[in-house]
Amino acid sequence: MAKIIRKETLNANVTLMDVEAPLIARKALAGQFIILRVDDHGERIPLTIASADPHCGLVSIIFQIVGLTTAKLNLLNVGDDILDFVGPLGKPTNIKGIKKACVVAGGVGTAICYPLAQALFKQGTELDIIIGFRNKNLIILEEEFRRLSKNTFFITDDGSYLRKGLVTDVLKEQLELGVRYDEVFAVGPLPMMKYVSLLTKQYQQKTTVSMNPIMMDGTGMCGMCRLTVNGEIKFACVDGPDFDGFTIDYDEAIARSKMYQKEERDAYCRLVNPHE
Amino acid sequence: MNKKTVMKLQDATQRITNFDEVALGYNDDEALLEAARCLSCRHAPCIKGCPVNINIPAFIKQILNHDIDNAYQVIAEANLLPGVCGRVCPQETQCEAVCVRGKKGEAVAIGRLERYVSDHASKKRQEINSKINKKVAIVGSGPAGLACSGVLGNLGYDVDVFESLHVTGGVLMYGIPEFRLPKAIVNEEIDNLKKMGIKFYPNMVIGKSLTIDELFKEGYQAVFVGSGAGLPKFMGIPGENLNGVFSANEFLSRINLMKAHLDSFDTPLKTMRKIAVVGGGNVAMDAARCAKRLNSEEVYIIYRRSFSEMPARLEEVEHAKEEGINFLILTNPLQIIGDDKAYVKAIECVEMILGEPDASGRRSPIIKPGSNFLLEVDAVIMALGNYPNPLLAAATPQLKTDRRGCLIVDSQNMTTYPGVFAGGDIVTGAATVILAMGAGKQAALNIHQYLQTQKA
Repeated sequence: MAKIIRKETLNANVTLMDVEAPLIARKALAGQFIILRVDDHGERIPLTIASADPHCGLVSIIFQIVGLTTAKLNLLNVGDDILDFVGPLGKPTNIKGIKKACVVAGGVGTAICYPLAQALFKQGTELDIIIGFRNKNLIILEEEFRRLSKNTFFITDDGSYLRKGLVTDVLKEQLELGVRYDEVFAVGPLPMMKYVSLLTKQYQQKTTVSMNPIMMDGTGMCGMCRLTVNGEIKFACVDGPDFDGFTIDYDEAIARSKMYQKEERDAYCRLVNPHE
Repeated sequence: MNKKTVMKLQDATQRITNFDEVALGYNDDEALLEAARCLSCRHAPCIKGCPVNINIPAFIKQILNHDIDNAYQVIAEANLLPGVCGRVCPQETQCEAVCVRGKKGEAVAIGRLERYVSDHASKKRQEINSKINKKVAIVGSGPAGLACSGVLGNLGYDVDVFESLHVTGGVLMYGIPEFRLPKAIVNEEIDNLKKMGIKFYPNMVIGKSLTIDELFKEGYQAVFVGSGAGLPKFMGIPGENLNGVFSANEFLSRINLMKAHLDSFDTPLKTMRKIAVVGGGNVAMDAARCAKRLNSEEVYIIYRRSFSEMPARLEEVEHAKEEGINFLILTNPLQIIGDDKAYVKAIECVEMILGEPDASGRRSPIIKPGSNFLLEVDAVIMALGNYPNPLLAAATPQLKTDRRGCLIVDSQNMTTYPGVFAGGDIVTGAATVILAMGAGKQAALNIHQYLQTQKA
């Protein structure tokens, strides 16, 4: 059991929770995730660790309310326990020796890549940060990211805040200007990671993406998080979640991510309208 | 006297509509009748045939004496999970295979009697030897870890069991279906271990939440690794990542562990009408029989050899046939075909013929040219076995593995990391519950010996 110590609404759909999990906090590194179960009849879902404080024994998670489990999680409040909370799982992101990096994030991926950007910043990596949201109301963590780099670009799909466009537009401009990176990190929706990788491949910029497929155990047992990487089956939970962006079969991953869309929608509706 | 006393089964047409246990167990009269078939041979080959060496004639004698509690004590000296073993051990290749009664007719139904004793004993509390002030950590609460913890707990050690999932029992909970091994039985046997003072810690991934180095720093003086064969195998054929293709681990865990087939549980399960299970082992039978219980129309087992090479227990194959599973033997999948949304719609197979025996001694199947056919299905379950779980070895450089990824151990069950022992599927590759329990028990005795020679 893990007690919720702090809960903060970041936008209408995204919540931050600080959770008491001292063992996980002691170990967690950027790029790793936890698996949680809200209650006794709940499903197991993976969430990337948004930050960890080993001194206070706290782990932060930031989640978008997209379905039944995230909705149930969001019903919990400070002082409540999350029934099962296990981790840190997956391999940490390898950031050793990187002098100049670009962190590209979209949507709730912004939260996921914050610990990575922080870790890069702390080791003295020169950073460009490009973050996209659908609209102004969804923007999170702007101040936090701006503190890590003066080259932080925010962009919205509809132009309701700063520039209108996609993260790939900004990245392409930088690359066209002749900016080069030791590594580009892309974290966000699958189509965004796909198009970032297609772009960076043209400029031969090493690109790492963080995959977040459906999972159950998170330790290699169920195989539902499998991906095709360079034509081979890999498991995101034990082989990843980070992979070389040029090697992923994104279209397959996108199709797999939609496998339970109908069931998820139905379950969510039952939670919101229990009498229908 | 030449035949085993029949054990009642739930009727096939009835049982495919529920997940209740198929085999109903002996009543007192049936157990007495069967116990009377034991010849009490002095050389008792059955004891050697049992991987944990239960004193079989002695416990059967106690049944005849109407002393079920004592029969339980005899079994418990060798095996603390008789309710599990009586149900899932392949007795026909172990104790019963060497039973003298079996030379003319059928062997004594040792497994059924073991189950009877476990289900009917009223006193299951184990007397624990005087406490030994030493701590042992067990990694994994599956059959190997449970057996190891039971023996060490009995010897008086302070035993903590770490489990990565939210429930304890490993494959007994997530893998073997309710209708073959009710989860209440597993929980009861684990509760008995808890009453002995063994502590269980779920949601702990050793190698991630805590490392083995840290376990030693925390004061554990030995570690047993029974992390099992977790990583599912796939065939490497086109279409294996389509929506609707599952590893048997995923399919079985969704049902057994997450109860996805019940409305009141959140984990989703796709509606499946026609289901193909690929493989011929017990896991394939379990998956097919679970699939049959999901209101499906057709369930197929696709196996590339013939019935005589099938690795599943005969009893499981028979039960699957009774339940209306269609066996496509001498058949192998070539590819899985999806619709425009990447959901499975068919599987393309080819017929096989048996050629010369291969390295395993089984005749190796070869393709019958031009025999390709399409089978319309909306789900495919791959039950091809598992690789050893790589997680702990990857996190622990001192643990050396062989080519297959199995932990290397010496004749005392010790890994290449001093003080760390291992047993079960993580050492042998995927095998049976009882072999893992045998390894866990043997490792416990070796841990005991090791700790006696270590300075306190």
